[in-house]
Amino acid sequence: MSSPVIELRGVSRAYGDVTALRDAELTVGRGELLAVVGPSGSGKSTLLNIIGTLQRPSSGTVLIDGHDVSALTDRELSALRAQSIGFVFQQFHLAAGTPVLDNVADGLLYSGRSRAERRRLAEAALRRVGLGRRLLHRPHQLSGGEKQRTAIARAVLGDPPLLLADEPTGALDSASGENVMALLRELNAAGTTVLIITHDRDIAAGLPRAVHLKDGAIVRDERREALPA
Amino acid sequence: MSGTSNPRARGTSTGETGTPVTARRPRAARLSPADLLRTSGSGLRSRPLRAFLSALGIAIGIAAMVSVVGVSASSKEDLNRRLEALGTNLLKVSPGQSFTGEAARLPAEAEKMISRIGPVEQVSAVGKADAKVYRNDHVPAARSGGITVAAARLDLPDTTGAEVAAGSWLNEATSRYPAVVLGGKAAERLGVHRAGEDVRVWLGERWFTVTGILHEVPLAPELDYTALVGWPVAESELGFDGYATTIYTRSAENAVADVQSVLGATASPETPNETEVSRPSDALAAKEATDATLNALLLGLGAVALLVGGVGVANTMVISVLERRAEIGLRRSLGATRGQVRTQFLGESLLLSALGGVGGVLLGIGVTTGYSASQGWPGVVPAWAMAGGVAATLVIGGLAGLYPALRAARLPPTEALASA
Repeated sequence: MSSPVIELRGVSRAYGDVTALRDAELTVGRGELLAVVGPSGSGKSTLLNIIGTLQRPSSGTVLIDGHDVSALTDRELSALRAQSIGFVFQQFHLAAGTPVLDNVADGLLYSGRSRAERRRLAEAALRRVGLGRRLLHRPHQLSGGEKQRTAIARAVLGDPPLLLADEPTGALDSASGENVMALLRELNAAGTTVLIITHDRDIAAGLPRAVHLKDGAIVRDERREALPA
Repeated sequence: MSGTSNPRARGTSTGETGTPVTARRPRAARLSPADLLRTSGSGLRSRPLRAFLSALGIAIGIAAMVSVVGVSASSKEDLNRRLEALGTNLLKVSPGQSFTGEAARLPAEAEKMISRIGPVEQVSAVGKADAKVYRNDHVPAARSGGITVAAARLDLPDTTGAEVAAGSWLNEATSRYPAVVLGGKAAERLGVHRAGEDVRVWLGERWFTVTGILHEVPLAPELDYTALVGWPVAESELGFDGYATTIYTRSAENAVADVQSVLGATASPETPNETEVSRPSDALAAKEATDATLNALLLGLGAVALLVGGVGVANTMVISVLERRAEIGLRRSLGATRGQVRTQFLGESLLLSALGGVGGVLLGIGVTTGYSASQGWPGVVPAWAMAGGVAATLVIGGLAGLYPALRAARLPPTEALASA
């Protein structure tokens, strides 16, 4: 049995007197597709940052892809992110003025791969997300949905075991949003573990597993066997 | 993760659930130099105008310094070439003043004595006559124009390097007759612009024919204000006593200093300390050296401009880091280490100032070449000035970029991403 991709044991995070996350227990196995859902201020972002190793917990144990985060230096955490975690943000965070191909290729900038290989993989990833004809476009020439698909291509370029998506449809109209969700499902079907942070209950309801957060605590962990089409 | 690049394996740790967790420690990859350059240049490419203006500040400072050094070097080079053409072996001896303050006199045999000094190759002399020269006989006596009248040996042009601009120099025949050759400035003051049988000046209460006009004499500028007549005619017509007042010598190049040390004593063995011996080429070089103070001042101004340029770069970098928090956050999430973020911004600052430095050096070369051309000098920019200019910008860039780069690296990735 392979180790889980995410394992949180008694994880808390406090900012001064305010506890943003309390005693979180969460195990996510390889190949899962799940949502972390909750209203704003429920601790979603803190949870995402901790799972994404952008932030360390105040207490508790965090294992990402088998690595105990507390045992790693900042430098090693950076390497872990470069190799094991893909990020997708609500605001895309694409470099303006840089062609789509290079934006995506930069997803592996810190992975130690050569530029030629990065660009080759970027082209493949862009074809995979349906943007094979937009390689040399600049981000401002793309629609919102295309921008987010570009960002997803950048995140999955190196085939990381874990994809973290923070409100990936938050800045999109519903058609583009569904398009992006379909893409994330596709990636999951191909083996990537996908964790989506959202405040949108409808999105959560459409996924096999939904972890509900409220006031910094995990209040419910729903699993559905069969999905409505 | 395969982690094939990592030879160090972490020990097995046992979690609370008792599941053994074995993993190799992830190791951060290095950016290749090309990637480093591209990453550092990305910020400049996306804001070209700002990059240009910041670099311009540096460029102006460097250009100022390079052109000050370049112009000064070009002028020095010009002087050296001129001196090489004029020769630095001309020595001049004059009687100076006696102990009692009266004008001293060189002995009559001084010229002969000097010509016996071994390395001396040429000797010539002028002797001041007590006469005035005027444009014509109507000019009031007081308006003599400060022009000296002197008797000249016929070999004076050979020894001093004087050249005739118009007409001809005195010869055996004309030196016995009322004929005069005017120094360049003297001719100008008298309003004489050509030489010829019909051109006359009122000299010593009689008419003298102007047979020639001299160019300016760089090594003997006193001749420029002198009206030169033949030695015999001066004695016969102007009451000249026949004593030389300035003796010019040319010596073998390698013995000039030796000749200089004995010249005074040879010219006037009885009162050697009353004589004044000088080397006109030294005076010419010294005149040039007085510009050094001005150069230092200009160089200082250039340094201030460079400093201001450096502050401009630091300012640009601080703003850049503030504006690009989201980019920093993204890079951290993509796996950039703090060191890589720091290097990126430091690299950007270095690139920015290096651009300014190279631009400034080119600009400085342009200014030097242009100014030298306008002065008729050879354009020279010393290599050390160019290398120093670029090196100075790198130091400035490093200093200006250090703090912003440290700040960028210290920025927590979550904060950077949240600020977008």
